[in-house]
Amino acid sequence: MAAIEVKNLVKRYGSTDAVKGISFSINEGEIFGLIGPNGAGKTTTLRVLATLLSINDGSVTILGYDLSKQAGEIRKLISYLPEDAGAYKNLTGRAYLQFIANFFDSKDAPTMVKKGIEITDLGKRIDDRVDTYSKGMMRRLLVGRALMTNPKLAILDEPTSGLDVINAQEIRKLVKTTAQAGTTVLLSSHNMLEVEYLCDRIALISEGKIVEEGKPKALMEKHQARNIEEVFVRTVHE
Amino acid sequence: MSGLGNITKKEIRELMTPATFVPIILVAAIFATMGNSIQGIQDQATEPPTIGIINEDTSSFGIIASDILHTRAKSVFNSTSLSELQEGLQTVKDRNGVAIIIIPENFTGRIIQEQQGTFQVYWIMRGAGIMDTISSGAVEGLIAYINTNISRELITQNSTVNASFVLSPTIRQETTYFKDREFVGISPNTISSMLSSQSLLIPIVIMMIIIMAGGIVITSMALEKENKTLETLLTLPVKRTSIVSGKIIAAAVIGLILAVIYMIGMQFYFSGFQFSVGVNLETYGIVLTSIDFIWIGLSLFLALIAGLALCMLLGTFAKNYKSAQTLTFPITMLAMIPMFITMFADFDTLPMALKIFTFAIPFSHPMLAPRALLFHDYTLVIGGLIYVAVFAIITISIVVWIFKTDRLLVGTTKFKWLALLVRRRR
Repeated sequence: MAAIEVKNLVKRYGSTDAVKGISFSINEGEIFGLIGPNGAGKTTTLRVLATLLSINDGSVTILGYDLSKQAGEIRKLISYLPEDAGAYKNLTGRAYLQFIANFFDSKDAPTMVKKGIEITDLGKRIDDRVDTYSKGMMRRLLVGRALMTNPKLAILDEPTSGLDVINAQEIRKLVKTTAQAGTTVLLSSHNMLEVEYLCDRIALISEGKIVEEGKPKALMEKHQARNIEEVFVRTVHE
Repeated sequence: MSGLGNITKKEIRELMTPATFVPIILVAAIFATMGNSIQGIQDQATEPPTIGIINEDTSSFGIIASDILHTRAKSVFNSTSLSELQEGLQTVKDRNGVAIIIIPENFTGRIIQEQQGTFQVYWIMRGAGIMDTISSGAVEGLIAYINTNISRELITQNSTVNASFVLSPTIRQETTYFKDREFVGISPNTISSMLSSQSLLIPIVIMMIIIMAGGIVITSMALEKENKTLETLLTLPVKRTSIVSGKIIAAAVIGLILAVIYMIGMQFYFSGFQFSVGVNLETYGIVLTSIDFIWIGLSLFLALIAGLALCMLLGTFAKNYKSAQTLTFPITMLAMIPMFITMFADFDTLPMALKIFTFAIPFSHPMLAPRALLFHDYTLVIGGLIYVAVFAIITISIVVWIFKTDRLLVGTTKFKWLALLVRRRR
């Protein structure tokens, strides 16, 4: 069964069409990458799928639920990591994870927090206030938050954005491990190496339309490119 | 351009925004309106008060008193018989007069015997605000003027007259009619002072609760956006109604705690100003019962919820902490306006337009409730409770609706002026 089924999705901001009738589907347990230049419609698409924005046209089914009618059910099964997300600055890392876990089944909350703390790997700093964290620590906390709830679908917008090489690599490993455990992952990224390393399939999006879709290797062969970056440049700019 | 000039020009350009000027223009407008009102009070004070006169004394001092009253006041009822008192009261009341003054038959005779002559004054009190007692103050001034004239006449006639008597040759016996009650021995000013001293603290405390708790809610929404936590919150399995209600309840709790702390300080502050007027209104049945305090508490609770819902609505427009500060301004104004109105005027005597305006502000009701309850005016209290409850439900519904739409994140709004104000502040 497809974890996500998007058909002719249209999203407008006033008179501007941000997403112009895109269609794609993602299988369960798959890591799917949405790639495109700034303003292409990636974040809008992710926000729609994360139940944050309504759709103007088309249909979206997530884990068998209709997005327009059953957003509440979808929220129980997904986890969304916005690109520039933050946490409540007055809370400690542990308290923040506890706060999030409390929205889920109470008997699972302690296990979730424990898992979140393991993912963040913040050691003793987990009991420090969030406003004392570095950018890397904050991102790890947020990734821990996003993955600790054992979501059926993780929507990650630029999960390694702004991180140094070591931190980024750790988070990539985490995403891979999570997918191997059965979670479907939809992510967006500017980092072509990351996409190539992580994604089972990718879609290239430009000006609100999907211009190419497939497995990274297949796309490289199709466009006779040495890497995804070349595929990206050729499909988007040529 | 020099560095100084360049920086100055940039700073002026950044500061020349609607957010900078609109609040100060509104404050100026409010103070201008208040100035006009005070001017109106001064005009009212200089106008001769409308009264009725019953003069049973045809002797010298009675004539002096009667002449002064006729000259310096607008007399709408004149009689020489006390038996026409009820008719006089009705006439004066119908003509929006302030009092009927009776000069009894033995007025001159008593003064000649160096006993204080008695003015019997029947006051018709319409409201308990400062503005409402202006006319009665004018009549009191008139009686004091008569007193001075009689003193002068006594000294002229007999230089050996008793000094302490000559300084105060007349006395007043007063009865005040207010809200269908008769207060024997009390003047309108005394009643007004008593009611003011009893209810001065409540409007200030309510205003502070609204401003503090409202600021908390608006800032909370702004920080959710500024700290980028809102998107995460909205994707969690929690109802929008719970998010809105949770924020309102938390702000209400913190607001009440802050108010208690504030009230303790203010209680000490005001105790320094309180004075005894020698009258206990409890003896006239004007006292708040424990049931009345429940009504006031309910009114305060609903007003707080309505106010916080309004703040949540404004908070949805806040983009960051700075814009939140701008958005607290309308709430501050809405809390201050009824506070000033209830301090200076009585709701019952307000012009209809101002009455509707005051009633429409949800924060007015807990400020109006104590005085209304003192006089058993449950219609105003219950009407206010129903209005505020409906206001709160509608406002919360609008906020929840906004939480369900894209507006919260995308920021599109039909309130273009508000969007402009917030955007400029960013």
